Amino acid sequence: MAEKAIGCARPTGSVVGEAPPAKEKTTATEGKEVAVSKIMVGRKAPDFTAPAYHKGEFKEIKLSDYLGKWIVLCFYPGDFTFV
Amino acid sequence: MSAVAAKYEEFQALGVEVMSVSVDTQFVHKIWDETELSKMVDGGIPYPMIADAAGHLGTAYGVYDDEAGVDVRGRFIIDPDGYIQGMEVLTPPVGRKVEESLRQIKAFQHVRETQGGEVTPSGWEPGKKVLKPGPDLVGHVWEVWKPGDE
Repeated sequence: MAEKAIGCARPTGSVVGEAPPAKEKTTATEGKEVAVSKIMVGRKAPDFTAPAYHKGEFKEIKLSDYLGKWIVLCFYPGDFTFV
Repeated sequence: MSAVAAKYEEFQALGVEVMSVSVDTQFVHKIWDETELSKMVDGGIPYPMIADAAGHLGTAYGVYDDEAGVDVRGRFIIDPDGYIQGMEVLTPPVGRKVEESLRQIKAFQHVRETQGGEVTPSGWEPGKKVLKPGPDLVGHVWEVWKPGDE
């Protein structure tokens, strides 16, 4: 059974709608390179690719694939917690 | 997250895609959905549940607590051009109110549709009074809007 490889969650190092920085600094292992420009309303959202579970399937989500739509992105502390 | 799922159709009606993110893997998301959330919401969670195992996304969005090793509660409204229009960050014990996210999205959509020609005062809901910024309004907001008008 062929399964698409899905990498770990990582910011692309850029904001949505823009190419990642030209310098090669976007590999999965370079955890210290992920900091991007300050998060701020009125500024572009940090782009990312990440694995996800969606209605019975595992897939990779890329935020910039959703350009043209409104997005609500909700972080929460953890599965099987109480609130 | 089940509260958001329960209102998913309202988000869809507004053309909004929902995504959730925690440090749990996609495998844990699957089991949580199957064993618990699907019993709280018909059909289970309808939107993608993203795995941020190393907290990289949370870090990029300023919501990763590296001492606790979790993403705290953070909700971001991103417009069709990719700009963050709203963010709300809470410590873990208190949940968000989904209706408030829907209200804010409707308000941001109204502002966008009028290209900023109309802005929405405190507590605005669709159909309520909007303000039209301009030189004439400066110092005269009190004539057209006051607390309680929402």
